[in-house]
Amino acid sequence: MHSTLSFSQATTVPTTNYAFHSQSPINLRFCGLRREAFGISILTRSSSGRVRLSTRGRSKRTSASTGNNGTPPKSFDYDLIIIGAGVGGHGAALHAVEKGLKTAIIEGDVVGGTCVNRGCVPSKALLAVSGRMRELQSEHHMKALGLQVSAAGYDRQGVADHANNLASKIRSNLTNSMKALGVDILTGFGTIVGPQKVKYGKVGFTDNVVTAKDIIIATGSVPFVPKGIEVDGKTVITSDHALKLEFVPDWIAIVGSGYIGLEFSDVYTALGSEVTFIEALDQLMPGFDPEISKLAQRVLINPRKIDYHTGVFATKITPARDGKPVIVELTDAKTKEHKDTLEVDAALIATGRAPFTYGLGLENINVVTQRGFVPVDERMRVIDANGNLVPHLYCIGDANGKMMLAHAASAQGISVVKQVTGRDHVLNHLSVPAACFTHPEISMVGLTEPQAREKAEKEGFEISVAKTSFKANTKALAENEGEGLAKLIYRPDNGEILGVHIFGLHAADLIHEASNAVALGTRIQDIRFAVHAHPTLSEVLDELFKSAKVKAPASTSSPISEPVAA
Amino acid sequence: MANVLQTSFLPSTSSLRRRSISGSKGKSQSLQVKAKIREIFMPALSSTMTEGKIVSWMKSEGDKLSKGESVVVVESDKADMDVESFHEGFLAAIMVEEGGVAPVGSAIALLAETEDEIAEAKAKSQSSSNSTPQVVEEKPKQIEEAAPDVPAAAAAPSVPVAKAVTLGSAVHPASEGGKRIVASPYAKKLAKELKVDLGTVVGSGPLGRIVAKDVEAAAVAVPVAASPAKPDPVAPGIELGTVVPFTTMQGAVSRNMVESLSVPTFRVGYTITTNALDALYKKIKSKGVTMTALLAKATALALVQHPVVNSCCRDGNSFTYNSSINIAVAVAIDGGLITPVLQDADKVDIYTLSRKWKELVDKARAKQLQPHEYNTGTFTLSNLGMFGVDRFDAILPPGTGAIMAVGASQPSVVASMDGRIGMKNQMQVNVTADHRVIYGADLAAFLQTLAKIVEDPKDLTF
Repeated sequence: MHSTLSFSQATTVPTTNYAFHSQSPINLRFCGLRREAFGISILTRSSSGRVRLSTRGRSKRTSASTGNNGTPPKSFDYDLIIIGAGVGGHGAALHAVEKGLKTAIIEGDVVGGTCVNRGCVPSKALLAVSGRMRELQSEHHMKALGLQVSAAGYDRQGVADHANNLASKIRSNLTNSMKALGVDILTGFGTIVGPQKVKYGKVGFTDNVVTAKDIIIATGSVPFVPKGIEVDGKTVITSDHALKLEFVPDWIAIVGSGYIGLEFSDVYTALGSEVTFIEALDQLMPGFDPEISKLAQRVLINPRKIDYHTGVFATKITPARDGKPVIVELTDAKTKEHKDTLEVDAALIATGRAPFTYGLGLENINVVTQRGFVPVDERMRVIDANGNLVPHLYCIGDANGKMMLAHAASAQGISVVKQVTGRDHVLNHLSVPAACFTHPEISMVGLTEPQAREKAEKEGFEISVAKTSFKANTKALAENEGEGLAKLIYRPDNGEILGVHIFGLHAADLIHEASNAVALGTRIQDIRFAVHAHPTLSEVLDELFKSAKVKAPASTSSPISEPVAA
Repeated sequence: MANVLQTSFLPSTSSLRRRSISGSKGKSQSLQVKAKIREIFMPALSSTMTEGKIVSWMKSEGDKLSKGESVVVVESDKADMDVESFHEGFLAAIMVEEGGVAPVGSAIALLAETEDEIAEAKAKSQSSSNSTPQVVEEKPKQIEEAAPDVPAAAAAPSVPVAKAVTLGSAVHPASEGGKRIVASPYAKKLAKELKVDLGTVVGSGPLGRIVAKDVEAAAVAVPVAASPAKPDPVAPGIELGTVVPFTTMQGAVSRNMVESLSVPTFRVGYTITTNALDALYKKIKSKGVTMTALLAKATALALVQHPVVNSCCRDGNSFTYNSSINIAVAVAIDGGLITPVLQDADKVDIYTLSRKWKELVDKARAKQLQPHEYNTGTFTLSNLGMFGVDRFDAILPPGTGAIMAVGASQPSVVASMDGRIGMKNQMQVNVTADHRVIYGADLAAFLQTLAKIVEDPKDLTF
């Protein structure tokens, strides 16, 4: 029941602008809405959060004066302490218990973090509603199926309750699963006071200090709000507020057209709002494979009540007050000149997520964050200011910024647990799938075509691209949802899968055949003969693999060539 | 990127190629001889493709094309493909807009060899687009499309348009004196589609913002207001054997009439004795009261008692009960039809109503009606009685619930209940109504009330 996918967005950083280009092929530019573990829920009380942070700072000094920070303790309270009970921390804790580690998890807010409480989970509830609304409202679609439906309507509070109830349910599942396994849940905000030593406590209570052989930082992220934008939580909001669906504005400006923005545009337009996208880059949906984003724009943006401004920053957003609407000042991203002013009923800031690492006490162990992210190596080991590894300290999930997705955090956590239990492990981020739950969905694994071409040129191999359309898939046509494309980027010489991108009905569920193949190193020539049930959407991938032209022969040890049953 | 198709515009399948070339040979050849204007055809991108949808034009009219350059993205039954130009030249005219569908082999654009030929190609595309019915547009074609064909459109008195501009969104607090237009995303999209100039639209949304329904209203209104005044039409002015495109107003009428086909209408007729009304008319005629005003007044008073007949069905799911009773009266004007509206006809006294009517008719003739003066009707009257028509049937204007066709009042021989035979002036009325909101019994009751009012018209002058 973990939150699987996440919605997310071009990675962002508090200091630079929200539109930075990443060169590294691994650095997929989206981030899961996830948990933040120390748990200051910025959305509810960002100012009180700040108070708490300063409190933490002060007590830190106190403990520093006790003077025994520099030496690690000889015996430990726990084998593993995880700071932050989001999806990443939860995944790590479960695996740690399985491996026989005495584990504690520190959480200052609610268990589940961003994903469960303010991200993937409640957004899926809203998107489930928007998908159905969309279907019921599409007279043309209904007619084509021979269905007659009278007016579809919705009750805003009912929809909001559905999202909230889902979050509560998943939260209690998560909590119970940890309790049942004997993970100690320590309540309070965790601060690292020295090597293998963590202090936690609630404001106004005495702090407890616990020691552990290994520590994992899994504090997650918070919505990133560029400067100049005043968030009032009513008319200028972040995803945190939007997920409560306190009102459905007639016209909402969405700043950022990544995962978060896209998913919310799907929700809002289905509920009757009109949407204006504000994107800093020249193209909408910058994180996706260009061909996919082109098609997605044609299906998800152009026919809907959405318009957009690209190549502009929202440099100033003033909430609605004194009878005035929300005012959005747009500045040209290149010339830095004022370009336009929008007057809207609400603005949603979906410019990405910023790591939540402030007040973690990293300075006590000589670690300096980079734009807020905790620097780590490929094994999630924290790197200090001098470039040396900090022993027994790891950081996973949004806080390290490698791949801001809930399930990536969980995978990183499991990878760390493997390492501390004596098995070296490096997570292949290129095998981690991502999905955007619009209608229809978008999913991907591995490299985009431009990234693959760059890599191919650098490393001197050839790449090929295969594509199949949902229009040729029986199941998709039965559902009258033939709009869609699956795209495979591969090496024709050895059949290696470099990237798979899907836009179409249930794309988020379809991607796993490809991501599993990437994770297991399965080559196209081996997977192409695997049998798919007919008629299913999975045949889109079947056809995709079959249409690839690979020179290498199928490996003889291919499991599918062996007899399955006696 | 979509597959780059080297085959270019010409259909690649041999059978299709043969067909399409032979189909268009005559036209394009004669052109090529004269001006080297080539047609760009919808290519066959797969063996099963019969028609293609234009996803996007990568070039716009007037752009220079070099050989092998991608010009248009076409969506077939399988996938999207970029289509390249086979020839060098200028994209002179796009004949199928983005989103439009065209059969394989039909012309979708014209390619001119030199810049000078662009105008010629454009002219050609216009004449041929009028005669290429096979080009199926996904969205309803815009009315203004025909505008360039209307001679004198630009030179015609553009007074109403200018008026409308001043009416524009200047009321919006942030519009800086009309410099900035605040319109919702969908309103902007619709305006582009319906070719409505947002500067001429009055916003009714929050803080005067222009919303979709304002654009829709303007789309119906603008062509009517802007329709050019033609020189006095003489019947023989019609040249037989020609096809004359609609003026913008006629286009709007046509669209409205077709739109009304989607409304389930029914008709109820009634014969009303008008002796008393005729007597009243004679009495107060000298005070400037017109028969139209009397009928409108009587109708409005009857509507007060039957609000459902004054309602309409906007979305197919609900009754919209109008707060005021605005009687629209159809008036034939040169080359068209317009419906000036007597607002609050139930509340305004008969003399004021008559003056108002005269003013509206004068304005209508001068083509100076403001949008609110012809598109706010809640119930429509159409009277052909003056031509001696004794009964007819009207088409319901979209957005309203009912229209009443009024025939001539004629002396008739009537048998009365007491067994006598007498003469009475009688007129037939026939109401067409939207059965989604107005039912037979509603109309019957309304007509009964109307008959009572007309037969005992003392309330009309109160």
